[in-house]
Amino acid sequence: MKHRHRIKEVGFWALFFLVFGLIPVFAKSEYHLVLANHILIWGMFAMAFNMLFGVTGMLSFGQALYYGLGAYWVGLMVKTFGEAWFLPAIGFGVLSAVLLSMLIGLLVIRVSGVYFTVLTLAFGQLAWQITFKWYHFTGGDDGIQGIMAPGILGNHIVYYCFTLLLVAVSIWILRRLVNSPLGLTLRCIRQNPDRVRFLGRRVRRNQLRIYVISSSFAALAGGLMSGVNNSIHPDMFYWTTSGEVILMGVIGGIGQFFGPFIGAAVIIIIQDVVGARTEYWSLIIGLVMMTMVLLLPRGLVGEIQAFMARFKSGAGNRG
Amino acid sequence: MDLSFFIMQFLSGLTMATLLFLVASGLTLIFGVGKVFNFAHGSFYMIGAYLAYQAVSVWHANFWISVLIAALGAGVFGMFAEATFLRRIYGRAEEGGFQILLTYSFILVIDDLVKLIWGTEYKSLPRPLGFGGAVNIGGLTIPAYNLAIIAIGLVIVILAWLILSRTRSGRVARAAALDREMLGSLGINVPLTMTLVFGIATAMGGFAGALAAPLRSVSPGAGIEVIIDSLIVVVIGGMGNFWGAWLGALILGEVNAFAVSTVPDWASLFNYLVMVLTLIFKPEGLFASREIRKV
Amino acid sequence: MQPILELDAVTKSFGGLRVTSGVSFSIEKGSISAIIGPNGAGKTTLFNQITGYLNPDHGRIVFEGEDITRLSTREIVARGMGRAFQVTSFFPEETVLDNIRVACLSRLNMTRKTMKSVSEFTDATDKAFSILESLGLDKQADRQAFELAHGDQKLLDIGIALGLEPKMLLLDEPTSGMSPEERLLTRNLIQKLWKEFNLTLLFIEHDMDTVFGIAQTVRVLQMGRLLAEGSPEEIRRNPEVITAYLGEEVL
Ligand SMILES: Nc1ncnc2c1ncn2[C@@H]1O[C@H](COP(=O)(O)OP(=O)(O)OP(=O)(O)O)[C@@H](O)[C@H]1O
Ligand SMILES: [Mg+2]
Repeated sequence: MKHRHRIKEVGFWALFFLVFGLIPVFAKSEYHLVLANHILIWGMFAMAFNMLFGVTGMLSFGQALYYGLGAYWVGLMVKTFGEAWFLPAIGFGVLSAVLLSMLIGLLVIRVSGVYFTVLTLAFGQLAWQITFKWYHFTGGDDGIQGIMAPGILGNHIVYYCFTLLLVAVSIWILRRLVNSPLGLTLRCIRQNPDRVRFLGRRVRRNQLRIYVISSSFAALAGGLMSGVNNSIHPDMFYWTTSGEVILMGVIGGIGQFFGPFIGAAVIIIIQDVVGARTEYWSLIIGLVMMTMVLLLPRGLVGEIQAFMARFKSGAGNRG
Repeated sequence: MDLSFFIMQFLSGLTMATLLFLVASGLTLIFGVGKVFNFAHGSFYMIGAYLAYQAVSVWHANFWISVLIAALGAGVFGMFAEATFLRRIYGRAEEGGFQILLTYSFILVIDDLVKLIWGTEYKSLPRPLGFGGAVNIGGLTIPAYNLAIIAIGLVIVILAWLILSRTRSGRVARAAALDREMLGSLGINVPLTMTLVFGIATAMGGFAGALAAPLRSVSPGAGIEVIIDSLIVVVIGGMGNFWGAWLGALILGEVNAFAVSTVPDWASLFNYLVMVLTLIFKPEGLFASREIRKV
Repeated sequence: MQPILELDAVTKSFGGLRVTSGVSFSIEKGSISAIIGPNGAGKTTLFNQITGYLNPDHGRIVFEGEDITRLSTREIVARGMGRAFQVTSFFPEETVLDNIRVACLSRLNMTRKTMKSVSEFTDATDKAFSILESLGLDKQADRQAFELAHGDQKLLDIGIALGLEPKMLLLDEPTSGMSPEERLLTRNLIQKLWKEFNLTLLFIEHDMDTVFGIAQTVRVLQMGRLLAEGSPEEIRRNPEVITAYLGEEVL
């Protein structure tokens, strides 16, 4: 059992660095580099989201709030003070996500289940509306264009390597977290919150912790993304952004550590194939979501695992 | 602020509250009776609005008949969605999360179906014949159609109250709110009841959408705006609580009407403000019925 | 006699229904005693109040000289009160080892740690293994908890409570749903744990062999009232108890 986990883990990292390390070498165009970059960043975002939903059982429909926050810190600082502020702005974005998620978290964790989902959605939409309407400051619906990373980071390949590094570190941190006592406590909270109280632990306090942690990674994703696309838009705050990250989690397999990364890759590749943002994009992701929930609730990774387990036990019975 | 301005705003708030109540009470009904959270409830509102548009502008039907067609259409579509999709996930582990995810997929699919059928432009309806003008009451000119909506809302509240407290199905509905399985053991056809309740609730949503169509133009994506407002209503009132939904709608409608007339650009932020205040002071909603345990 | 837990006129109603009605008793440190009573007598509700899961309407609960009536579950657990549940309560998707290890980590105040793997916490891991051995679950340490047999799940529930190193342990029907053989094993096990972990043990039980076999004191609850309290012999002979609960069965 433990052995298998090890293999899976080593396998993931080997594949991860092999694929994403070689992309700059073999990418036929800058477009493919951008695509790979999107997979990295969304993958990290989805994995952080999964800490919330898959691990702790908190379905947030408002993670776009922190994603947008991270992006707008970078966009606004670069626009106002210049390129040199790109990196500090990513840091400020994460920091402000920590503070804001603590504040909002204190409100939203007071309720659970559906209420939690609804409130996170409402806060996300609130942020979207403010961004949308505060035209002088945020550029409203126009967003902000021409966000460049400074110096050598301005080079697309260098920036790609920079994201690769940060994403790898983030995934490694999240991995430690899942295996840590806090990770165990959070999984216990999802399965049996009352019993966790009888362990002498505060359920809500721990929910707040993971809400803050997950949100800060969302902000990091947003900050990094602004350098990939060189532009930001209020839609980064919009509820469909939260919905997409949820879908990535569901496709990969909720509660599967590496699953959401694969979910992100699947969605971004589909998006690329059907032509990014076709008119009927939401119909496609709606149907994908419906299929996953009704037919493959464990997600691709989870279903494959269950299939393998069944296959093996079947073989064992016969042998 | 003079009195006539105040009364005008109050009435306009009341109109909005009525529409909100119609949507939110459907949401709360499904949740209260069936323990199902229908994230796509606002989309049925939108379907209602589009059906009314279709009936009035394309089929040239009478407005009030169109409203009924809209309600009926939304209700049938709701029953179809419940019986074909939602039913499959009842009783699954962590059902709550899956309900949200599944009904979220409804929103996405319905949005694009609407786009496919009616296009992306805003659609609006003229006010029905005889309600285009204004009524003069004590020197105040009040749009007749708004008064009609308020009156319809009143009738529905009274009817709902009568049904819930005086009839057998009302009592069944309230019993179901207590226990899905217990009902089954009483020999009540639970799946059928669920489908019907879903149908009634989505019909109410469609009805509200059709009534609102002459006041607010509708476009794809209206579903999500409506669902957020009705969610705020049920957060204020307490989920699954009929009278809570009424109070929540009233508060939100009035706050919105006064905000729109004083700070039009930022009016929608006030909705959230009300929600945040409720959360801070009474997170279980104003009409809390459940016992909050100390933790 | 040194009391560890004292109840003074504890009263609780649900709506109009009085579920606990002026219950007073005190429990000696290091003792093992039982609560019996018909279904719906309010036994579990009493445990809920002792552990802060519910607040009594009136009355006082004192644990080791401190008034804990209004404290939260968390605070009461921190003071050394452990509990296993009538409806078995554990973490189904975690391994048997992790179910207990999380309790040990909680006891050591380590659940906040984020950057070290649980297996690197050797104190908690060793402690968890020793509890598993005491319970005879060590061979199943790596299985997921939901795969265990019902009887083993009941033991796991107790094991989680033991991971917190409680001074006092409340067990709610530890042998329910077990076969007669399993019952006998569990009865002996409870007695063994009581000695091994230096516990004050209070258990609710319907199985009279278990009750009269290991309890030093038996309390009878009926319709929320404490009907009788005494040694197993006294309770067995108490005419009120016989009519109210025991019936002919044990005569
Ligand atoms: N949270 C609650 N709300 C309302 N009534 C409750 C609640 N919990 C318990 N009751 C009622 O209180 C009474 C006592 O319940 P309790 O579970 O304490 O009985 P018990 O003695 O443990 O019974 P059993 O032997 O069946 O476990 C029962 O009538 C029960 O229905
Ligand atoms: Mg009981």
